Amino acid sequence: MNVDRRHFLIMLPAAAIAWKYVLAGTPEESPNYTMTDHWWSMLIDIPKCIGCGNCVRACAAENDVPDGLFRTWVERYHVTDYDMVNPQVISPDGGKEGFPTVAEDAGKYFFVPKMCNHCADSPCTQVCPVGATFVAPDGVVLVDQTYCLGCAYCVQACPYGCRYIHPEKRVADKCTLCYHRITKGLTTACVENCPTGARQLADLKNPNDPIHAFLKTHHVQVLKPQMATGAKVFYNELDGSVR
Amino acid sequence: MSQFKDTGHLLRFAALFVIAFVMFLVIRHFVVPKTFGEYGHYRGAAIAEIAAKPVKFAGHEACETCHADILSTKTAGKHAHVNCEACHGPLAKHADDPSVTPPKLDTAVLCIRCHAASAAKPKDFPQVDADQHSGGVPCETCHQPHSPAISAGGAK
Repeated sequence: MNVDRRHFLIMLPAAAIAWKYVLAGTPEESPNYTMTDHWWSMLIDIPKCIGCGNCVRACAAENDVPDGLFRTWVERYHVTDYDMVNPQVISPDGGKEGFPTVAEDAGKYFFVPKMCNHCADSPCTQVCPVGATFVAPDGVVLVDQTYCLGCAYCVQACPYGCRYIHPEKRVADKCTLCYHRITKGLTTACVENCPTGARQLADLKNPNDPIHAFLKTHHVQVLKPQMATGAKVFYNELDGSVR
Repeated sequence: MSQFKDTGHLLRFAALFVIAFVMFLVIRHFVVPKTFGEYGHYRGAAIAEIAAKPVKFAGHEACETCHADILSTKTAGKHAHVNCEACHGPLAKHADDPSVTPPKLDTAVLCIRCHAASAAKPKDFPQVDADQHSGGVPCETCHQPHSPAISAGGAK
């Protein structure tokens, strides 16, 4: 979000009105955020990703993600000329501390940041036996951790491996698309901290969002389109070897 | 009704069903959360609870209201699109209360995180082999992190 100083000051009174609803725990009632006005998605620009791991660290810091588990992580693909369909994929500690450097330039390397795809027809919410996980009216897949039993059906159902059982809370945990940030007009922690702009938060219901022009003019894919999950994380210039 | 002689036990059975159904409704009223089903097959209040979590990264707009001088240095240089907290870390506490001092940063770690030379990185991204490039001289001797071009000078 690009806001100049003048517009930021103009927005301050509105933010002050919204703040009391945020503190009261009912941001939905605040005049600034209406769930049905949004349909959130994410754009990931593969050629811009340098594999620094800033997004993984930022996500862990923002959301208290336990060590060794990830709401977002980065994979490095190495595709060689002699085996195009079986790339070598590494993701040391989810790419949290970056990747080992490579001296020789044999084959093709690229980084693929992964996260919850916030599917419109999500397999994970369909299998929940108690209604503890759901697609919110603004398109974000969330977990009601006070209602979750920790049965882990959803962990198995997610075709992207984006869910885990929190080791202390013993309930399902996953990317919330920084729901506590986007409802306050901020962007997600991973987008805020990406130094190259490889990640962009996008609102498909906002006609002025640059995502619409981008999707028209670029070669954009989602992961596992054959599973018809309605994935909303769009990858620009995704290589065919990515599974 | 004269042809049905033994209706008494049927009525008693029906009464049992009615009692069980009323009990089901009463128990359901207390067990199912109030907002369940508000938007769908889940507890509607959960959305507001998740949204109410405090933020840790203040966002660059918050930084820029006070640090306008650094913003102007940054927008003129190559790091224009690198947001503050990408290097400085989560500082919502500092943004809420400026007396909370942010931790000191170590450029030896920070610069290399992005700029260490690796054939795996996109070719157009500026990369250096730190040992050959500076021989141990700290980055900020020549490069100012907010505007890293040599012409912008080193750290003040």
